[in-house]
Amino acid sequence: MHIHINGAEREFPDGSTVADLLTALDTPRQGVAVALDGEVVRRADWPVAVVSDGARLEILTAVQGG
Amino acid sequence: MSGTLPPLVEPAAELTKEEVARYSRHLIIPDVGMEGQKRLKNAKVLVIGAGGLGSPALLYLAAAGVGTLGVIDFDIVDESNLQRQVIHGQSDVGKPKAQSAKESVAEINPFVNVILHQAQLTTENALDVFRDYDLILDGTDNFATRYLVNDAAVLLGKPYVWGSIFRFEGQVSVFWEDAPNGRGLNYRDLYPEPPPPGMVPSCAEGGVLGVLCASIGSIMVTEAIKLLTGIGEPLLGRLISYDALEMKYREVKIRKDPETPKITELIDYEAFCGVVSDEAQEAASGSTITPAELKAKFDSGENFELIDVREPHEYEIVNIKGAKLIPKDRIISGEALAELPQDKPIVLHCKSGARSADALAALHRAGFKDATHLGGGVLAWAKQIDQSLPTY
Repeated sequence: MHIHINGAEREFPDGSTVADLLTALDTPRQGVAVALDGEVVRRADWPVAVVSDGARLEILTAVQGG
Repeated sequence: MSGTLPPLVEPAAELTKEEVARYSRHLIIPDVGMEGQKRLKNAKVLVIGAGGLGSPALLYLAAAGVGTLGVIDFDIVDESNLQRQVIHGQSDVGKPKAQSAKESVAEINPFVNVILHQAQLTTENALDVFRDYDLILDGTDNFATRYLVNDAAVLLGKPYVWGSIFRFEGQVSVFWEDAPNGRGLNYRDLYPEPPPPGMVPSCAEGGVLGVLCASIGSIMVTEAIKLLTGIGEPLLGRLISYDALEMKYREVKIRKDPETPKITELIDYEAFCGVVSDEAQEAASGSTITPAELKAKFDSGENFELIDVREPHEYEIVNIKGAKLIPKDRIISGEALAELPQDKPIVLHCKSGARSADALAALHRAGFKDATHLGGGVLAWAKQIDQSLPTY
């Protein structure tokens, strides 16, 4: 299935969860927020939130600068 | 749940003739009007950091007629600030930022009362500093202070506008644990903990496009005015992420996470954010040399290898003569270990000493037991030994 991650299209196995995607992308879990179709997914839901074909995923990394 | 929130501030009794003249372009907007402008006059807003975000925020809050502005900053204006911190000018270099900001505000709007807090925000003083303000704007430059600001705001039930920037990207939102109608949430509902130390560079390490401060700072002020006067749809429960290169704003909705631990007290935020990892701290302890000691090594013709662990573009800006460039990540991953000399001691340095401490820990682990690093990095070298070098 196709997923749009931060605007770029990527291919992932059907039934992948948010946690699967983060693992596949080698994204650190700390200091990161994930939004699925415009809504932040609570950390505890990452292993169970299944991503559907065509979904939009935003991976936000906390930045500190000011 | 969305919709307008009640105004944070009651209106002042009146506007003077001079104030009516000054704020006329606000007064003729029906949504603001006399009442909204009187609320701004009565408002007390604290801006944390008179730096990149604090500069435009303070200038526009002052121009808008916010009656009392608090500024907390312990830093001194440096030449490298002027590319983006537009509240400070050339003649302010060397002056406390809080003082410089106060002078700029007085020039923009003499009706604003400025309260200076020339101190570092700490676990000890945060609650006392925040207590008298209606709203807080967080424009600090490090994770430890960001979590401190969040937790202190939560403990006092105060709303705050949060913005952060890096290179071409910014994020901005409003957090308010005690918001009405069950809309409350805080920064930890979005980011329960900071990234691992060293993963996300600061602006001092990674750079920032100067005008990005205005892009994000102006959103922060817009939200502040909306919250103070109770107009529009606040950014509470939404985060805007802005990408200047793509010129795109993205919005995501944030909800309260029931698993976020309840904040009951202020903690040790340096430890929470792992400002320098324990391992790096341990490696640096007893293995840190001063710029004067490094100079003595050069002067006595000692046989050693000086390795600069910064990035190539930083090396181009300024470097210590004779230093070999091997970026930190290549040392930590082990990739560059084969390029290191086995037959002479190694001295590492970076910009200010944090990254070289990380790399030093990796070297000690790999068996380079006599490796040391330069405390304070190339900045300390430029300041203490070779003033002809530029700093950044």
